[in-house]
Amino acid sequence: MRTMSTKLKVWWAVITVLVLVYALFPVLSILATSFKLPSELDLGRFFPKTWTTTNYEQILTGSAKDLFLPALRNSIGISLIATFVAVVLATLAAYAIARLDFPGKRLVLTTALGVSIFPVISIVTPLFNLWRNIGLYDTWLGLIIPYLSLTLPISIWTLAAFFRQIPWELEQAAQVDGATSWQAFRKAIVPLAAPGVFTTALIAFFIAWNDFVYGISLTSTSAARPVPAALAFFTGASQFEEPTGAISAAAVVVTIPVVILVLLFQRQIVSGLTQGAVKG
Amino acid sequence: MTAITLKDIVKRYGDGFLAVKGVSLDIADGEFVILVGPSGCGKSTLLRMIVGLEDITSGELRIGDEVVNDKAPRDRHLAMVFQNYALYPHLTVFENIAFPLRLQKGKFSEQEVRDKVEFAAKTLELQDHLQRKPANLSGGQRQRVAMGRAIVREANAFLFDEPLSNLDAKLRGQMRTEIARMQRRLGTTTVYVTHDQTEAMTLGDRVAVLRKGELQQVASPRGLYEQPVNLFVAGFIGSPPMNFLPGVVEGSTLKTPIVDIPVSSDLASRLGSRSLVIVGVRPEYFEDASLVKAPKDSAQFDVNVDVTEWLGSDLYAYIPFETNPDVAGKLEELDRDLDGEGMRTQLVVALNAESRVRDGDSASLWFDPSKAMVFDPESGENLTFDETQAREIDAQNEKDRKASLERAQARERSRAAG
Repeated sequence: MRTMSTKLKVWWAVITVLVLVYALFPVLSILATSFKLPSELDLGRFFPKTWTTTNYEQILTGSAKDLFLPALRNSIGISLIATFVAVVLATLAAYAIARLDFPGKRLVLTTALGVSIFPVISIVTPLFNLWRNIGLYDTWLGLIIPYLSLTLPISIWTLAAFFRQIPWELEQAAQVDGATSWQAFRKAIVPLAAPGVFTTALIAFFIAWNDFVYGISLTSTSAARPVPAALAFFTGASQFEEPTGAISAAAVVVTIPVVILVLLFQRQIVSGLTQGAVKG
Repeated sequence: MTAITLKDIVKRYGDGFLAVKGVSLDIADGEFVILVGPSGCGKSTLLRMIVGLEDITSGELRIGDEVVNDKAPRDRHLAMVFQNYALYPHLTVFENIAFPLRLQKGKFSEQEVRDKVEFAAKTLELQDHLQRKPANLSGGQRQRVAMGRAIVREANAFLFDEPLSNLDAKLRGQMRTEIARMQRRLGTTTVYVTHDQTEAMTLGDRVAVLRKGELQQVASPRGLYEQPVNLFVAGFIGSPPMNFLPGVVEGSTLKTPIVDIPVSSDLASRLGSRSLVIVGVRPEYFEDASLVKAPKDSAQFDVNVDVTEWLGSDLYAYIPFETNPDVAGKLEELDRDLDGEGMRTQLVVALNAESRVRDGDSASLWFDPSKAMVFDPESGENLTFDETQAREIDAQNEKDRKASLERAQARERSRAAG
């Protein structure tokens, strides 16, 4: 590859900066807002005049505590369970799709694709009625099930693509070495698939974590209401005060797990673990 | 120690393609058998059926005394080395070799596992690399790790699927002798698949030549070289390949484009009423008359040499000739079967490196006509095939094999003892 000319480098730098500003400016804005006093919100300044943690105190220990903390617990619990179930099911399904030739294989894949492109808003009303009748309304399970319908298809597709890259010989070698099909899968394939599984789990988690439509429609109390829905119920200290600061603080708090997850699993996602398995 | 018996093994794939068409083969205990043939001849499929990675459509496969058609790979107690090594990238070399032992839970103590792995590592000179990951190894080292995994299993038989084709030429030669040495030391029945006839000739006790899913001939390397049963085997074995010339029978002479060969009474009876045959002469049977004086009853002829290649040990000379249109089709088909390109018809002769013949020269060459083979142009059958001779060669080969196996085992025992 030839080295880039100076002109090209400058262009790339400009574009990179533009993209970064476009992507990070809102985040910075929310972060700045979360440290503002409610009275300073309308001053028209970007950064707060006096930095304060009032908003954080309000959502974590203060008046909004009862609204935010249960919602945070719900969000974490529901998203983790939905992710776990989706990844386990998707791993098995994707493995079967990648390795076995069974009738209806294409049907499974197209159905998964169909489900994932189906507009959420169109099924939320029937689901609301159904859930009320069978008692799943405002429960964790009542959210986990629809979240699975969002996370499973994409998990199956990404994992199937990932499994296809793993050389089949590894598994056959394990079988010849004396492994059962299950042992071959667990000892030769799963360790190699780990980066793919992590990536998929992350995507699935974010989908569940970010959902708003199901969260607001299928819950009514803090028994199951997740954070994105709970934010809509924030109120200011009085009716003349906007809850913007508290909402910003809550938004920052829910962004933290996402950042931590990405930093934590970055290496697994990037690591090319299959290198050296075959001629390379 | 195990014999492997294949009886009328057939493989038909789901799409109806017949990959193996009824192959029967007896592999004796401790024998090194090569399955060889051009690409798509079914040799790998056959190997994968033996190891159990491919279902057997019909026929019977015995390992030892047991019919294993329906047994899972892990119940067949075989060890296989794959073409791309199939090492587990997440495990160290040590754990890769120990993998088959670890699967048999509780059967080996940690100490036994370590002893076995270290023995295999020593055999293959891998001691220094035991804690490394496969990704950091060279091709030859990866190949040895794959072999180590086969050794520790103490399997009934070793199966190799083109194990050397990913290595460069020099390493391939080294690994070839390494495999031969290992097999002799351990005395384990071995089936080895390759498309490379040099590997087949050098490694095999016996070589099974396959073509389009059919077994052509099973014989010792020397048997294949000197007594091939048909045109295909004759053309496949030997490098450079055997020259095929159209031969027209006219009375008591056999007219070929380069020289007329007298027909002996024995050959005449074998020819029967055929008037057109294919004559096969190996390149190394030719001699330069200016270096080696032609004996009395040799077939001598003068030719114009087109191109020469000097290799240090040999000199290859290429001599174009006009072929007979009646056999051109058959020879082209043969060339295609042998993965050839259907190039111009030319004679290749391997002369002594001291020969002064160069490009564009005219030269006087000769060969011993009794060494020429004659093939039926329709069936490809070798009309000069001598069954007694072939059987003698194979019997001699079998005796040699047993003796060398015995010697290797005795050496191994004395090494173990002292």
